[in-house]
Amino acid sequence: MNQRIFTLFTTLLVLSCFQPVEAVEVGDKVPDCLLTSISDLQHFELKQLNGQKVLYLDFWASWCSPCAQSFPFLNDLNQGLKEKGLQVVGINMDQEPGESKAFLAKFPANFPVYSDIAEKCATDFDVKVMPSSYLVDRKGIIRHVHFGFRSGDVDELRTLVDQLLAEKR
Amino acid sequence: MKIPQALWLVVSLVLVLSVSGCSSVAPWQRGVLAKSQMALDIYPVQSTFKSHIYNSREAVTGNSSAGGGGCGCN
Repeated sequence: MNQRIFTLFTTLLVLSCFQPVEAVEVGDKVPDCLLTSISDLQHFELKQLNGQKVLYLDFWASWCSPCAQSFPFLNDLNQGLKEKGLQVVGINMDQEPGESKAFLAKFPANFPVYSDIAEKCATDFDVKVMPSSYLVDRKGIIRHVHFGFRSGDVDELRTLVDQLLAEKR
Repeated sequence: MKIPQALWLVVSLVLVLSVSGCSSVAPWQRGVLAKSQMALDIYPVQSTFKSHIYNSREAVTGNSSAGGGGCGCN
C-alpha cells in the first residue's frame, strides 16, 4: 500500500514538471493578442490587421544580440515592401520597460513596436527562443515560423515574404 | 527489510513539497541569465590567455583536463 502511494507521488512529481502548451503551428489561425504600443501606450489588437496585410511578427528582447542583428533587416523589409502589403510588427518581451526604450534608441525601428505586458501573446504563440518570427498571410494563417536570426537567413525570409505577397487575396 | 511507515510518509512529503520547485523559465524571462556577469567565466579571453601561459610554462597541453608528464613531448 505504501509503495503504491510512493509510486503515485513520484508519478505526480514527474508529471508536474511538464507543462503542456498548445503550440501554434504552420497552418493554424494566428492567435489574437492585446498589445501595448511602446511609443504612446495605446492598446492594439492583432486581429485589427488580420485579412488586410501580410504580417511579419517578430518577438524580441533587448538583451538578445541576434535581435539587434535582425533590426536592420526588418527595417529594410518594412521599408521596401510596405507598399506591397507587408506589415512588420515588433513585439517586445522585456520585463523592464526602460530596457526596450534604450535598445530602440540604439537600434531605431521604422515599424511599429508593441509590448506584450501580460505575456499572453508570447504564451499563445509558444515562443521558444528570442527572436522568434511568424509569417502570417492575408487570410490570417501562420505560414512560416522562424526561430533565431542569422545573417544567412535573410534570403530565405525575403523569398517567403515575397511569395506571400504574390498570393491572391 | 521492512521500511517503517513513517519513513514512507516523510519521503512522500518531501517529494510533494519539492514539486513547488519545478517551474519552467520562459525564453523571454532569461534576460538576467543572459547578462555577462551571469556567465560561468566572465572573462573568457583572459582565461584563455592565462591557460596559454600556463601551458607554455608547464610544457604540457590540456593541463586542466588531461595529465601531462612535463617532458615537453606533448
